[in-house]
Amino acid sequence: MSDPITVSLFHRMNFRDEENLLDRTVQGVISTPMDRPEGPLKVSGTATYADEDHPPGTVYGWLVRATITKGWVVGLNSRALRRMPGVLAVIRDERMIRNPAQGGDAKSPYQGPAEVFYKGQPIALVVAETFEQARDAATAAQAEYLDRSHKAVIVPAEAEYETPRGEQSSQGDLDRAMQEAAFSVDVEYTTPSMSHASMEPHAAVAWWQDGRLTVRGSYQMLNTNAQELADALGVSPKKVRILSQYVGGGFGSKLGISHEAVGAAIAAQKLGRPVAVALHRRQVFETTHRRSESRQRVRLACDAEGRMTAVGHEVWVSNLPGESFSEPVTQSTPFTWAGENRLIGHHIGRLNLNGAGSMRAPGEAIGVPVTEAAMDELAEAAGIDPVEFRLRNIPEVDPSSGKPFSNNRLAECIRRGAEKFGWADRPKQPGSRREGEWLIGMGMSAIIRVNMMGPSTARVTLNPDGTALVETDMTDIGTGSYSILTQIAAEMLGLPPEKVTTMLGDSDLPPSIGSGGSRGAASSGTSVMLAAKALRKKIAERMDCDPDDLTLKDGTAIAGNRQRSLSDLLAGDTLEGTGTIKPGLAEMHHRQASWGAEFCEVAVSSVTGEVHVRRLSGVFAAGRILNAKTARSQCLGGMIFGIGQALHEKVETDARDGNFVNRDLAEYHVPANLDVPHIDIELLMDDRDAYANPMRAKGIGELATCGTAAAIVSAIANATGHRFRHFPVTLDKVLEKLG
Amino acid sequence: MDVTLTVNGAQHDLRLDDPRVSLLDALRQHLDLNGTKKGCDHGQCGACTVIVNGRRINSCLSLAVMHDGDEITTIEGIGTPDDLAPMQRAFIRHDGFQCGYCTPGQIVSATAMLEELRQGWPSQLSDDLKNPELTDEEIRERMSGNICRCSCYPNIVDAIRETAEGAA
Repeated sequence: MSDPITVSLFHRMNFRDEENLLDRTVQGVISTPMDRPEGPLKVSGTATYADEDHPPGTVYGWLVRATITKGWVVGLNSRALRRMPGVLAVIRDERMIRNPAQGGDAKSPYQGPAEVFYKGQPIALVVAETFEQARDAATAAQAEYLDRSHKAVIVPAEAEYETPRGEQSSQGDLDRAMQEAAFSVDVEYTTPSMSHASMEPHAAVAWWQDGRLTVRGSYQMLNTNAQELADALGVSPKKVRILSQYVGGGFGSKLGISHEAVGAAIAAQKLGRPVAVALHRRQVFETTHRRSESRQRVRLACDAEGRMTAVGHEVWVSNLPGESFSEPVTQSTPFTWAGENRLIGHHIGRLNLNGAGSMRAPGEAIGVPVTEAAMDELAEAAGIDPVEFRLRNIPEVDPSSGKPFSNNRLAECIRRGAEKFGWADRPKQPGSRREGEWLIGMGMSAIIRVNMMGPSTARVTLNPDGTALVETDMTDIGTGSYSILTQIAAEMLGLPPEKVTTMLGDSDLPPSIGSGGSRGAASSGTSVMLAAKALRKKIAERMDCDPDDLTLKDGTAIAGNRQRSLSDLLAGDTLEGTGTIKPGLAEMHHRQASWGAEFCEVAVSSVTGEVHVRRLSGVFAAGRILNAKTARSQCLGGMIFGIGQALHEKVETDARDGNFVNRDLAEYHVPANLDVPHIDIELLMDDRDAYANPMRAKGIGELATCGTAAAIVSAIANATGHRFRHFPVTLDKVLEKLG
Repeated sequence: MDVTLTVNGAQHDLRLDDPRVSLLDALRQHLDLNGTKKGCDHGQCGACTVIVNGRRINSCLSLAVMHDGDEITTIEGIGTPDDLAPMQRAFIRHDGFQCGYCTPGQIVSATAMLEELRQGWPSQLSDDLKNPELTDEEIRERMSGNICRCSCYPNIVDAIRETAEGAA
């Protein structure tokens, strides 16, 4: 076979897309609710996740963890552990890490397991012939410490807060606007620390061959993950390959490399054998990232007509000492609602708890529920329906910067959602509707998430037989990457999707931004589109036509009255297209966000305090929808995340020593099937955002969770007549108010 | 310790040198049947659900040595990529999964759950304790032992209902 003919296309998103190519292609695959191509593997248990398909001779590692909260490890009974059955090594290595890397770090997190920063921090790794032997030996580990736990800071109220200058901003005079306003609210909300609780625990299987490391692990951003792991190990990134073809959920918890990858790689190097390290569920809770708790002060004001004059949002979050990540809680506050007088405040405290990191929609996921719940309070104070109140306050341009919106479908989402839900039937008086023991109420929320893009490259190969191969190191963490990338390539090349194979999750493939921040689909999708566009140009050459006059459908190239099959046109050649997209000026001069509105009906038991979400519905606009089925499922997932946030989920920390009290799935309550009603979702299929990228698509994976909890707590307020400002709204809090 | 397991109709004579091997780890590590997933190793998530002698159990909560002579069905025994069972096809059609990690457990659990219902087992939500009906609420209640963090629950309910109706 001859070498492939290579072509490439690079695009920097500086300007508005004028071409709108995906509305002119005719294959009719894009946006359809196509079944996931990897579906048959997933439903039959044949998709391979991290801790599976071990190479021959694999041995097992189990992490040993600190039993103090702060101090130094000065000794370990390693000799005794090595004498235990099957034990091969007890590894204490300066390269081991304190906490996982943050998304996109591209360098090792803080290293050196001897210094302890939080209870449960990994300090060593025991490796044994079998899983059971490793677990047993690790349990028998006894460390000696220089214990400084009395100096640990566990409770946010006792933390010292830093106020990074770059993260404060103001316009006008908030204090004065609050004083002069016809109506105002000045309220404090708290949101708890939460845990991602992906179904697949973090795991890594590592083996070295000819000086090169391969790790099959469960990670979201392979390009930077390989750099992080290489940096931790002190080797060149070229010497590290990471495989994550299937990732059992991430939600941000697998954005960076974690303890298991570094531990397994070091152990495999020392022993010359493949080593598997899978975190136990408790270890997942205690050693991987959590979402920071937050305290949020919201000040909102409006005039007598319900026109907003002031928006203030100040937040206090936490992380480990030295960690740069600080949950950007106020991210969408500067541009969502009108008002000339504004203030943003951000404060970060340092705690001796496991590190805080990104969790599904870091920022808006906990910021929007609070500002939206406060909007409900202001609407009530002003005596205006919450839907009407919001419609009066959608700004024409970003009120903080004066930048135009790339598009803003918020009003339409709210109107459409209200109509579908039957908002007109909402009890006008809080606490006025009752069905036996159940108090009934309705609430709503605007849904907002900023839109982002990251640099991504993909390769699309058109084979002589007219099939295509899509390759990028992008991951599919359940988000639908396999589906949408297959659809984009099929649409662009005029192929039935079954003629397209998509290979992901291998860091040796062209680098993408990975899965995180709802950037993956737009970024990697555009790179696939560009690669295919480069191929279209080549095909047009062979058809002797302008690319604009080329039509590709069902494996046939058509130009004017001529048509030829692709395989005929290729004449035995292989065409290889590479596409690269990079963010540019478009995101600087236009405010980009995805939009939505959610509506909720709850029933609150006046006897038990139990809250049932009876109905939940949402309308969303996120530019072009690439797959209507997977996009809807992402919205479902986000909304149900919101149910957990509003009603169930909270990391309970022992104030004495930082012990993670509810460190398993029986005690940390994520929503179960019976917690979830039928959910109605509508996607605005006609939406396009020409400033986002040439596909005109925006992020949707995180959007739907950014406000759900506000719809729920506002519905509870409507049902009971009481405001609940401390999430989650558990039975005890409800009963206390209901008396 | 010698243990004979009949898994998906095939007999396996296992020599276990460690009584601590769970049924889940025996399937995954000793028999290379990785379809059954380990989500919590604690009996709290349902990802490891298998059918033992006709009943669904969490295989992580059971030791392999306790199952000598038992008949076990795992996801691999429900259907293969080329020959999927109706429940598996319904999960694909309704997008009853996203990351796919809880999915084998959901499908095995749902398969056994429908059989429990056919046999007339009531749940705490059943109005009629002798002849419970397959309502959406019954499905939700009976599937609440299988956690899906991607939260495909409404799609899972749709897939199960459709499968049950197709078989009726």
